Amino acid sequence: MIRLRARDLAVARGGLRVIEGVELDLRAGQALILQGPNGAGKTTLLRTIAGLQPPAAGTIEAPEDSIAYAAHADAVKPTLTVAENLAFWAQVFGGEGSDALARLDLAHLADRPAARLSAGQRRRLGLARLLVTGRPIWALDEPTVSLDRGSVGRFTKILRAHLGQGGIAVIASHLDLDLPAQVLDLDAHRAAPGPVARPSSFNEAFG
Amino acid sequence: MRALLLRDLRLAMRAGGGFGLGLCFFLILTVLVPFGIGPDRAGLAPVAPGILWVGALLACLLSLDRIFALDHEDGSLDLLATSPLPLEGVVAIKALAHWLTTGLPLVIAAPVFGLLLQLPLAAMPWLVLSLLLGTPALSVLGAFGAALTVGLRRGGLLMSALVLPLYIPTLIFGAEITRRGAEGAPVAAPIALIAGITLAAAALIPFAAAAALRINLR
Repeated sequence: MIRLRARDLAVARGGLRVIEGVELDLRAGQALILQGPNGAGKTTLLRTIAGLQPPAAGTIEAPEDSIAYAAHADAVKPTLTVAENLAFWAQVFGGEGSDALARLDLAHLADRPAARLSAGQRRRLGLARLLVTGRPIWALDEPTVSLDRGSVGRFTKILRAHLGQGGIAVIASHLDLDLPAQVLDLDAHRAAPGPVARPSSFNEAFG
Repeated sequence: MRALLLRDLRLAMRAGGGFGLGLCFFLILTVLVPFGIGPDRAGLAPVAPGILWVGALLACLLSLDRIFALDHEDGSLDLLATSPLPLEGVVAIKALAHWLTTGLPLVIAAPVFGLLLQLPLAAMPWLVLSLLLGTPALSVLGAFGAALTVGLRRGGLLMSALVLPLYIPTLIFGAEITRRGAEGAPVAAPIALIAGITLAAAALIPFAAAAALRINLR
């Protein structure tokens, strides 16, 4: 049974705590939407959940290699075609997903170099990658940026299907997605302003 | 792993990928040097091994910052770091791809460049051998420098400053093999040393570079 838990989680950006005291407990089929103003720490929290940086305090419990992270950047190589881009990530993650292009309405663009995609099409390609990772927990950073209304609807449908199959999603979004989801307002967890900590990398080098 | 290697090679071959960049630089250098020093054999032949090796080293340096910087900019590196591939393996594969697109063409084309610099024919096999043994170390050590400076804008200068000292042993022994080969002197010692440097770098550097990447991704 997939479960994502975080206890008394604090995350830091550039050595400064931005959020503290976050408690998460998501089970299969549940989604969580992160809200908060710019700079509230949504991206930092998602990167910490994805395992790209260690938490400043607290713990995150999730099965190993279970989280797929989709950042602001789409990780799309402009000189590769749409199909080549996707095939690469499918091979790296060892996932299945021959219908991923069709589900994001990209099938007719499969042979086009990614350099000639529009911003919205590129984003859809970045989201199609989630389907080929085959991972149950999705950490999504503003997934709907530059998508048109039809694409947002299509993506919401994909999210529902993912949750229906026992997946979990943590989404940072300003847009109201039509999803049954809990909402976490990060404003309430803003870290108390304290003395500036030394950047952790320096501590690592000298302590 | 194989998918990553194939992707990197494909990216290098496609437009703007930088394949042949090092080769062109090497060609320009070897064409210009005779103009600067004078084309006669007596002047060129003694300095040819050194110039060829310095040229190979700089040609390699030219494309180093591409190893991780592009993947970092477009977010691919974040995904590779969270993928099932070990980051150490990613580093090793990317260094290998760099060598295949930069080092290997230099090894193959080196005899032609040697001719341009009046390198004695007897030294050609030794030049090729020394480059074959030495250039992988350049790519692997370079991957370390690229990993250290991956998050920095215009980190190329800092990277050169970090990497060049690490290149010096390879340069010394590589040029020494070619020089001794030209004179017909025994070459076993520098060959053993340069092979040792390459093997040690290939075995140890991926771990150091992966650690540097992890810190830089935070």
